[in-house]
Amino acid sequence: MIPVLLIVIPLVSGLLAFLIKQEKSVKVWSLVTSLITMVVAILGIAVLHKPEYLQTNVAWLPNLNSNFSLTMDGMSKLLCLLTGIAYPGIFIATWNSTYKNPHQFYALMLLMQTGLLGVFVASDALLFYFFWELALIPAYFLCSIWGGERRVAVTFKFFIYTFVGSLLMLIGIIWVYLHTPDHSFAMTSFYKVNLPGNTQGWLFWLFFLAFAIKIPLWPFHTWQPDTYEQSPTAVTMVLSGIMVKMGVFGVLRWLAPVLPVGLWGYGDPAATMCVIGMIYASFVAMQQDDLKRLVAYSSIAHMGLMGLAIFVTSSIGIQGVMIQMFNHGINIIGMWIVVELIERQFGTRKMSELGGLAQKAPGLAIMLVVVALANVALPLTNAFIGEFMMFNGVFSSKASNYHYIFMVVGGISIILSAIYTLNMIQKVFYGNTSSLTANARDIRVNEKFVLAVLLIGIVIMGVYPKPMIEATKHAVDAIYSKMFIKLP
Amino acid sequence: MNAIVISAVLGVVMMFCGVFTNSKPAVRTVAVIGLLGLIIANVLDMGGYHFFNVNVRGMLAFDVFGLLFNTIAFAATWIYFLLSGRDMERVGVNLAEYFALIFFVLCGIAIVSAFNSLLMLFLGIEIISIPLYILTGSDKRNLKSNEAALKYFLMGSFSTGIMLMGITLLYGVKGSFNMDVIRAGSSTLTPMLAAGLLLLLFAMSFKVSAVPFHFWTPDAYDGSPTVFTSFMATIVKVAGFIAFIRLFEGCFGEMHKQWQLLAAIITAATLFIGNITAVFQQSVKRMLSYSSIAQAGFMLFALVAMNNTAKEGLIFYAAAYSLATIGIFAVLLKMKDYTFEGFNGLAKRQPVLAATNTIFLLSLAGIPATAGFWAKFYMLSAAIDNGNVMWLVIVGVLCAAISVYYYFRVIQAMYFKDGEPQEIETSRSFKGLLIVIAAAVVLLGIFPHWLINQLYSFFYL
Repeated sequence: MIPVLLIVIPLVSGLLAFLIKQEKSVKVWSLVTSLITMVVAILGIAVLHKPEYLQTNVAWLPNLNSNFSLTMDGMSKLLCLLTGIAYPGIFIATWNSTYKNPHQFYALMLLMQTGLLGVFVASDALLFYFFWELALIPAYFLCSIWGGERRVAVTFKFFIYTFVGSLLMLIGIIWVYLHTPDHSFAMTSFYKVNLPGNTQGWLFWLFFLAFAIKIPLWPFHTWQPDTYEQSPTAVTMVLSGIMVKMGVFGVLRWLAPVLPVGLWGYGDPAATMCVIGMIYASFVAMQQDDLKRLVAYSSIAHMGLMGLAIFVTSSIGIQGVMIQMFNHGINIIGMWIVVELIERQFGTRKMSELGGLAQKAPGLAIMLVVVALANVALPLTNAFIGEFMMFNGVFSSKASNYHYIFMVVGGISIILSAIYTLNMIQKVFYGNTSSLTANARDIRVNEKFVLAVLLIGIVIMGVYPKPMIEATKHAVDAIYSKMFIKLP
Repeated sequence: MNAIVISAVLGVVMMFCGVFTNSKPAVRTVAVIGLLGLIIANVLDMGGYHFFNVNVRGMLAFDVFGLLFNTIAFAATWIYFLLSGRDMERVGVNLAEYFALIFFVLCGIAIVSAFNSLLMLFLGIEIISIPLYILTGSDKRNLKSNEAALKYFLMGSFSTGIMLMGITLLYGVKGSFNMDVIRAGSSTLTPMLAAGLLLLLFAMSFKVSAVPFHFWTPDAYDGSPTVFTSFMATIVKVAGFIAFIRLFEGCFGEMHKQWQLLAAIITAATLFIGNITAVFQQSVKRMLSYSSIAQAGFMLFALVAMNNTAKEGLIFYAAAYSLATIGIFAVLLKMKDYTFEGFNGLAKRQPVLAATNTIFLLSLAGIPATAGFWAKFYMLSAAIDNGNVMWLVIVGVLCAAISVYYYFRVIQAMYFKDGEPQEIETSRSFKGLLIVIAAAVVLLGIFPHWLINQLYSFFYL
């Protein structure tokens, strides 16, 4: 019931939003419906947690044995919660942005939410693929219509990249489907498949490509900085905060438990890619002058760490990934909000043109510092617990022979991330004021509100992560046990 | 049998219609109503109501597969009449004759979806081809149209000759034109049989414009009046595939393994050349003709895989591809400028046209929640199920990704670029019909089996 509502509410409200031509009303409409979605998500997590509320199974394509089946387990819950919270937050934080044809913008945003939530709750491979692609189409139009100067070419690259990945994954899905014992797309049947090792090997790469492009892992990341830079900030928030989590989520739900042997066999090359990406992205981030590109590259580094923790398999690492997916989503949206505030006020994102903001806009400065520190995983912030668990997992892993090397190199990238983040804070907020920042004013109430909520969340989750750890415990065990049962 | 007789009769009726009346709306109405009758007659045939009991002496065999395909082809033609019938008037004065020729083509289609003897195959293919030569050249004052018709005719006759030689060789080996006889007892390829198979393969590849027999296609499609290109590139093309798969399953199904690789190579070449060349086109019409080659590559998967999934998929592909392409051509017909730039800014002036066109293009690109996704899904799963041609599957999806490039160029032009205002006349009913078709494409994309299940359950449960 809950997962159906989570899909239907944004879908219907998104379609209706096409008809609301007035800017003000469509903003209110999207905010209200996204708040309803959030409430439903919270209800499903906190109140109505009997299994019958969290599952739906309706016949969809009987000929192919594919059902419209949705399930919310611990991992889905966290990501639905993230999506549910992020959307109203994004709408409030970007309340003052104006778009041409606002009704289309907000309608597409809501339709994208449908796709995202669908990905997180689908427990049927074909349905998962459907939502996976459906989340992409609105993103394509959103970035191409409302983006920056080079938007069309950049978004096109993004689209083709992800489309190639998804098609390869489709081959993999069909292959696994044809080898399920009962010829079914259901997740449970997929988990029962026991394919020979070398088949799992090449299937692993088909799935891996799709997810690696989405996450994005080096060397498939080239679409990401451009797309983040060119998209309107509200869309960038969704892309970086939620959509890239689809990739990590896909690995955990559809790759690791289905093809464990493939993952064990090729975990090391995949983890190597992640590590190279972390170091590479950190170094590139240090060179950036544009705030958006800096955050984009730092995101590649952080996502690389999640990939690393998955491919160097360990139970605690996987749990760290689940928690970090949520926390990274919160933190990076916070970062984007700050970037958006700076850009809207000063018309530039170049760090060299900013400076001395701390005196002029202390509210903004405090917000940014906290979000940025959370981004580098300072203890007492939410990201610390996730990264700690992931590193712990990498360190204690028994699956990889090189896990110490991965651990050390990954650790270096964390140090690098502290360097570029602190450097950014210094350049933007301290030093002398430039001509642009001389007359800066502090942030508005609505922006303060969203950021304050985020900050409180960051600190609470950093100090008391127990609920999240408990919520994901079961999901981790389920995935991890699947990965062991099928070992030859 | 209903479809063959009635479509031929309707063709004659249309010809006389031109004698008795000069009113174009009247001619069009007769054609639309006649075709509707034809669809109903064919559907009744599926349900066991045979109007004509002719002893065909085993030369034709009517099965559900063929009749289902007829229904889809006729229904697509009907939609095509409704959408683009008005545009036929602009080609020339002989409106009734155009309709008559199309009905004759439909008669040929009904034959090739039911032939059981190579003679009937030959007849069917010729009945399809000859009216098409005329339609291609129907814009008599246009040099390009004439050139296209001549080229099409010469190349077409050539391939017909090759087909006849293939049939002759098979007759030489087996002493019969009947497919059952040809299939019986031939599990290995003797040289004669192989030669016959190759000739037939080449001739049929020509008819469905598979690479390397595709060279006539862009010129013929580009030169002929756009309204007839729409018909040629959709309904006629998929009919060629039905004949192709029927022939090769019927005659050479037992030795599928021996020619599978050859078919797979042709398929891969078709996909590759079709998609790569389409990328470089500047005119949407020409892009669509290369796209038809590229889509043919996907339909050839059915020949390579040759299992039930593939056959079911081919039917679905026929419907999905025809619906989307007819829709795009109908929009294209309203434009004066066929280049990609001509579509610039269409979304602002004609939001309905742009939106529906986008859905059709997404369907051709195979994006989920459109009919085109299932078409590709079936073809891919048929080939994966077959298991021998995984390399072809990978080539297929990479080419599908390339196809996104040129389909999305149109979308980009419509939505993201500003252009000169171009006067486009559209009627309210035209837009309404486009919306209905787009809705059908989406509906088929979400519930692909709904239509087929309805047809089945209506008659067999």
